[in-house]
Amino acid sequence: MAANTETMTINMGPQHPSTHGVLQLILELDGEIVVKATPHIGFLHRGIEKLSEHRTYHQTIPLTDRLDYLAPMSNNLGYVLAVEKLLGITDEIPERVQRIRVIMAELTRLKSHLVWLACHALDIGAMTVFLYCFRERECVTDIYEKVSGARMTSNYFRVGGLADDLPNGLEGDIRAFAESIPEHVEEYEGLLTGNKIWQKRTIGVGEISAEAAIDIGITGPALRASGVDWDLRRDNPYSGYEDYDFEVPVREGCDTFDRYKVRLDEMRQSARIILQALDKLKPGPTLADCPKIVLPPKQEVVSNIESLIHHFKIVTEGFKTEPGEIYQGIEAPKGELGFYLVADGSAYPFRMKIRPPSFVNLQGLPQMVEGKLLADVIAVIGTLDIVLGEIDR
Amino acid sequence: MSDQAIVKKLKAKFSSEILDVVEFRGETTVTVKKEQIVDICTLMRDDLGFNLLCDLCGVDYMGRSPRFMVVYNLYNITTKKRIRIKAPVEEKNASIDTVSTVWGTANWHERECWDLMGIKFNNHPDLRRILMPADWEGHPLRKDYPVQGPDREPYQGRLS
Repeated sequence: MAANTETMTINMGPQHPSTHGVLQLILELDGEIVVKATPHIGFLHRGIEKLSEHRTYHQTIPLTDRLDYLAPMSNNLGYVLAVEKLLGITDEIPERVQRIRVIMAELTRLKSHLVWLACHALDIGAMTVFLYCFRERECVTDIYEKVSGARMTSNYFRVGGLADDLPNGLEGDIRAFAESIPEHVEEYEGLLTGNKIWQKRTIGVGEISAEAAIDIGITGPALRASGVDWDLRRDNPYSGYEDYDFEVPVREGCDTFDRYKVRLDEMRQSARIILQALDKLKPGPTLADCPKIVLPPKQEVVSNIESLIHHFKIVTEGFKTEPGEIYQGIEAPKGELGFYLVADGSAYPFRMKIRPPSFVNLQGLPQMVEGKLLADVIAVIGTLDIVLGEIDR
Repeated sequence: MSDQAIVKKLKAKFSSEILDVVEFRGETTVTVKKEQIVDICTLMRDDLGFNLLCDLCGVDYMGRSPRFMVVYNLYNITTKKRIRIKAPVEEKNASIDTVSTVWGTANWHERECWDLMGIKFNNHPDLRRILMPADWEGHPLRKDYPVQGPDREPYQGRLS
């Protein structure tokens, strides 16, 4: 009897718990095999690039929180570094600011990877890990709250510095948290790495070769799990990353399991970087000495007329930049996050293009799932670690 | 290889295509004519090693001629170098050849550029809107597209 070869098209999302937001996939299936996968995005498009053209440079910082809302400080960092490069004040940033930015960026990486592991494991059947990861993530959100007042949309970095210094006693909390991370990662590994079900669901699933991954533009941990030894923190250092001693985990398996291992190793390295940064953290100014650009410290605004005037002018008019264009890429938790800024000499960006890592990584999904089982689609969405906030912008 | 050496190699092959070379904050931007963009990008990838297209976008310089600029931010994973290629595109019949044959990643970037900026990419395999709904009219990132959206009064600020 001839087999029935008719394919079936099913819709997955945008309201589906495993699509991590509002991703819609149109899947053409032959039995349980995916013949064709077509992602549809844009359900969360808020026009952040358009809005930024009508705001001063400072007013755009809160918008960047809402790109990858699981890693807001990474977005803040990418944006302020881009504006500082445009202004040519990269060398003016005080050491303490750079160290605190690194600490916060690495905490953010931990926060983002914890949510990734929690949801990824939950999607493919491991409930306990979810609870463990959210327990640790809570510590990071507490730190966020203490430095910025917000648990998710932090808006903590400023062009030329920070909104405020670290509150008293927080360094100890951060140190205790960073020191506990290796132990916690061991816990997750204990639950998953040797687990037969986990191995069956991840080993050999969603394979992509290094050449194919570079061609499709995949960056970050997903590329490093395909054997490409490239990390912007080490290779194009920014914010003083060259001062820290850390390893870049690379694996050759190209599959979901190796992407899992790479991210777990990254968490251990992040904890190392945080501890080194805390050791090197010295008292000092938290704002660059560029009075026409950088907002003066709050204490001076209420006591010094010059500072009050500067504050008033910078808040109402913004600051002007030289005409020009720059691109700044940083190693965000999910890959290369880039900001391309074009300035026309006014107080507003003429054009801001965000290069969101998730947008590009998601493009690799069809070739990772086509010809594979439907159940693998869930694993691949998880392993790509997408956030629709930055895909749709 | 320094940026100058890269530009020199590019000039050796495409001397009549290069319009401008600018350095700003340590970044080199090469403006080229759009006609041979695919050949130029192929050379950048194969001979100069720029294997990753980080980003592709359009910029609208309304009031200038040509009005648009398509920008390619390239990265060389081996030498960790960046360079930027730009190609002007005129307003009338705004189009340029696709580079999705050179870097697969260009596919979605070009769809986004078409969707938001209204620049067509010739020979693109799947030129549909990507962020806006399929039946949307207009291209929101153009400078003459109002920020509050079409057919709405501009925001006047809080009244109270």
